[in-house]
Amino acid sequence: MSNEAALHHSVDVSTSHDTHGDGHMHHHHETFITKYVFSQDHKMIAKQFLITGMVWAVLGGLMSVLFRLQLGYPDSHFYWLEDILGKWWVKDGQITPEAYYALVTTHGTVLVFFVLTAGLSGTFANFLIPLQIGARDMASPFMNMLSYWFFFAASCVMLSSMFVETGPFSGGWTAYPPLSALGSASPGSKTGMDLWIVAMALFVVSSLLGGLNYIATILNMRTKGMSMTRLPLTIWALFFTAVLGVLSFPVLLSGFILLIFDRNFGTSFYLSDIFINGVGALPNEGGSAILFQHLFWFLGHPEVYIILLPAMGMVSEILSVNSRKPIFGYMAMIGSLFAIAILAFLVWAHHMFVTGLNPFLGSVFVLLTLLIAVPSAIKVFNWLTTLWRGNIRFTPAMMFAIGFVSLFISGGLTGIWLGNSALDIHLHDTYFVIAHFHIVMGVASMFGMFAGIYHWYPKMYGKHLNNTLGFIHFWITIAGAYLIFWPMHYEGLAGMPRRYYDYSNWESFKQFIDLNRFISTVAMIVFATQLLFLFNFFYSIFKGRKVTSRNPWQSNTLEWTTPIHPGHGNWVGEIPEVYRWPYDYGKDGVDFIPQTTPVGEEESHH
Amino acid sequence: MTFNLTVAVIILVFLIIFQISKASEYVAILKGEEQNRKNTNKVNGFLMVSFLVLGLIGVWYCNSLLFGKTLLAHESASVQGERVDSMLWLTLSITGIVFIITQILLFWFAYKYQENDKRKVVYFAHSNKLEALWTGVPAIVLTVLVVIGLRNWSYFTSDAPKDAMVVEVTGKQFGWIFRYPGKDGVFGKKYYKNIDPATNSLGLIWRDSASLNLKDDPATHDDIVQEQTMYVVKGKPVKLIIGSRDVIHDVGLSQFRLKMDAVPGIPTTLWFTPKFTTSEMKKITNNPNFQYEISCDQMCGNGHYSMKGVIEVVEQEDYDLWMAKQKPLYFQSFPEKDPSAPKADSTVKAIAKN
Repeated sequence: MSNEAALHHSVDVSTSHDTHGDGHMHHHHETFITKYVFSQDHKMIAKQFLITGMVWAVLGGLMSVLFRLQLGYPDSHFYWLEDILGKWWVKDGQITPEAYYALVTTHGTVLVFFVLTAGLSGTFANFLIPLQIGARDMASPFMNMLSYWFFFAASCVMLSSMFVETGPFSGGWTAYPPLSALGSASPGSKTGMDLWIVAMALFVVSSLLGGLNYIATILNMRTKGMSMTRLPLTIWALFFTAVLGVLSFPVLLSGFILLIFDRNFGTSFYLSDIFINGVGALPNEGGSAILFQHLFWFLGHPEVYIILLPAMGMVSEILSVNSRKPIFGYMAMIGSLFAIAILAFLVWAHHMFVTGLNPFLGSVFVLLTLLIAVPSAIKVFNWLTTLWRGNIRFTPAMMFAIGFVSLFISGGLTGIWLGNSALDIHLHDTYFVIAHFHIVMGVASMFGMFAGIYHWYPKMYGKHLNNTLGFIHFWITIAGAYLIFWPMHYEGLAGMPRRYYDYSNWESFKQFIDLNRFISTVAMIVFATQLLFLFNFFYSIFKGRKVTSRNPWQSNTLEWTTPIHPGHGNWVGEIPEVYRWPYDYGKDGVDFIPQTTPVGEEESHH
Repeated sequence: MTFNLTVAVIILVFLIIFQISKASEYVAILKGEEQNRKNTNKVNGFLMVSFLVLGLIGVWYCNSLLFGKTLLAHESASVQGERVDSMLWLTLSITGIVFIITQILLFWFAYKYQENDKRKVVYFAHSNKLEALWTGVPAIVLTVLVVIGLRNWSYFTSDAPKDAMVVEVTGKQFGWIFRYPGKDGVFGKKYYKNIDPATNSLGLIWRDSASLNLKDDPATHDDIVQEQTMYVVKGKPVKLIIGSRDVIHDVGLSQFRLKMDAVPGIPTTLWFTPKFTTSEMKKITNNPNFQYEISCDQMCGNGHYSMKGVIEVVEQEDYDLWMAKQKPLYFQSFPEKDPSAPKADSTVKAIAKN
């Protein structure tokens, strides 16, 4: 196989150290820099993505705590915050409107792109693809390394935008022009926006480098016997995720490039008929502000599935392993992933029902949007049937996977409301939308990510996470997630708009002040609980219980056939051959049959 | 002080949790992994079913607490809104049933099929019948929802009735400008480069301008321009022609269950029929301060949250009285053309000018 040749060098190294047992690496020629910094080992790159994602998750979460502070306690003064953050952010003990909008915007951007795209699919595509398909590394380890470092550069630029004089970008994560195009319309659209676009452009490069690599690896580098229909569902999900990213991110980049031209070079792609207070009439005529929304949502909607699909894949795998039962409807699961991936490209304008879009076009998008509910329903019922008559082990990973299904149902059902334009015309841009997408995309995918971390942590670090902390983490987080987002549906049904700094002047919306205080309090508790998880994560790397068996979950997939501490190249000696699909749990009364076990003559056929 | 105290408490709680967790880890090692897993499995299985029960009670409790604060507690204030509401109730019942059934199945299965040495797992990998069932049923139900939705959608987006009154709504950072066509029933032409925030907030063309290549449009001379408050008539369809002067805004009419974006350069429209006057709504909602508020529903800058307009829904005769008092904006810039202005007044002004 081609990757065998490409990595021949490291294979040699692994085998030569076989006597040390478990192929633990003692690379005398590997320096700290090549091993931990500019590593080309997919496992190390995965960890780099994960930990950078965690840093952003903490920052993004902290931002949400800050703006929830404003929403929950609009009349209180937090003078100590002023000492910490400075006068631009907090004035007279209160978060300023500029800061509030900057926080909301950065929270959205960072969570969607840096945490749930790079942190989720960056981590698990890198970690799992070679391990589960039986490859020594990615098709191009060097491109893979570049992918991380472009993400790192994007992170640095985004972070630096927090410190510019006019403040970070504050026009919402969707960055609709003209607001995002005109510094005179909003101070956040000055230098902050330049840095935001640069960061996002670097991010697009990172995700393209990664995505092309994932696709090439999955298609070309599967081990002997690993046909496409023997792939674990994680890999199928990551494959479709990568395809979505590769086809849609370039469109976003083109939208951003036109925005850069409008901002800096006097073009009028998005601008027309604009008069700004204090500046006067702008010369731009003939552009369309709506064009940007089409370009943005052509990525923006697939992006939702870029976030969700990896979580779905991992949840499928984890549910099956811990139910000790095959995933129900393997082919239907792949089919529904495929259907979702196709439909993801055909529904973007449901974000634009109230922009004045042609009503007929709106109707088409209603139809296509609600169609997505069908493959989603298939997935949910298949997961439920997988649990049915299983023998369930409640590992923290399993619990987060069950939590994912619960949240996916709750948030998915409200999608049926919002996808119907005649209801969207009422609920668009209210808290109902916030509740919907946080549950179905934000928290659910976060749960998928947690499930993945708990499940594959032993493979990543050769240590176990503390289970008790895991259980506490799960129960507080799921209860908290519902307590935060469930009541927001009611705020939405009152017509309460998103992205308001203060509701106290509104006769129609001010009745929710107590509720907002409650939500903010729960949000802080949930945030603190995530710190508990972080502690568990880093503490266990060093002091966690050691993994003693290669296959702690008694799982069928290939990654558990590698040594406990796999070196660069993953397997010592030959890559194992695959003889069966990965879901033979409980077959013929046998608890589990790894993919590497040849099919016995007496084995029943299903 | 309180800050330090809170931090201290949080750290303390963390330490306690950490110690408990560490202890349980030692217990796990002592008892053996298998035994420990069985014990925690039982606890978590029980918690799963408890979460289900408490969750469903919570859903009911949350509803009883908050339902009265939503718009659904009262009848919709527009004819269109009735359709939104009925469709909303239908969608709620369908998704609600699915929600309850699937959540019960999920957590009940988790509880019922928790690990047990005696249970033999059923190797059940697929069933075409079952999969056809849960492809077909959702597809049929969704078809119903799509059909109802599209019928309403085509009604909402249809042309306004011929007798509808027309109001032009223009968003700006951070407020609303309303224009009525005046006696001639025609909106005069406007051009954004003509805008003067003090005297001509919409840029109406009422002067010839060689540099902009514009000709005075007499239809502008009787246009009524209002800021912040819009008057409409109960029971009479009103069509809004929506635009923006700077960035994208959105005319959010929560009481009427409708909204539409205001996009610079691309006019949009929306029409609805108000059912109750503002004072009637005060009684219906039992709120003496009730107002029909226009909320900007599209992020438009740092003052987004304060971008409020008011709609006064009144009876026809009150509307006529109000309209009779309004003066075209034109006369502000050209007071000498105002026929109702007393002669003396204009001479005073003329003297002042001199």
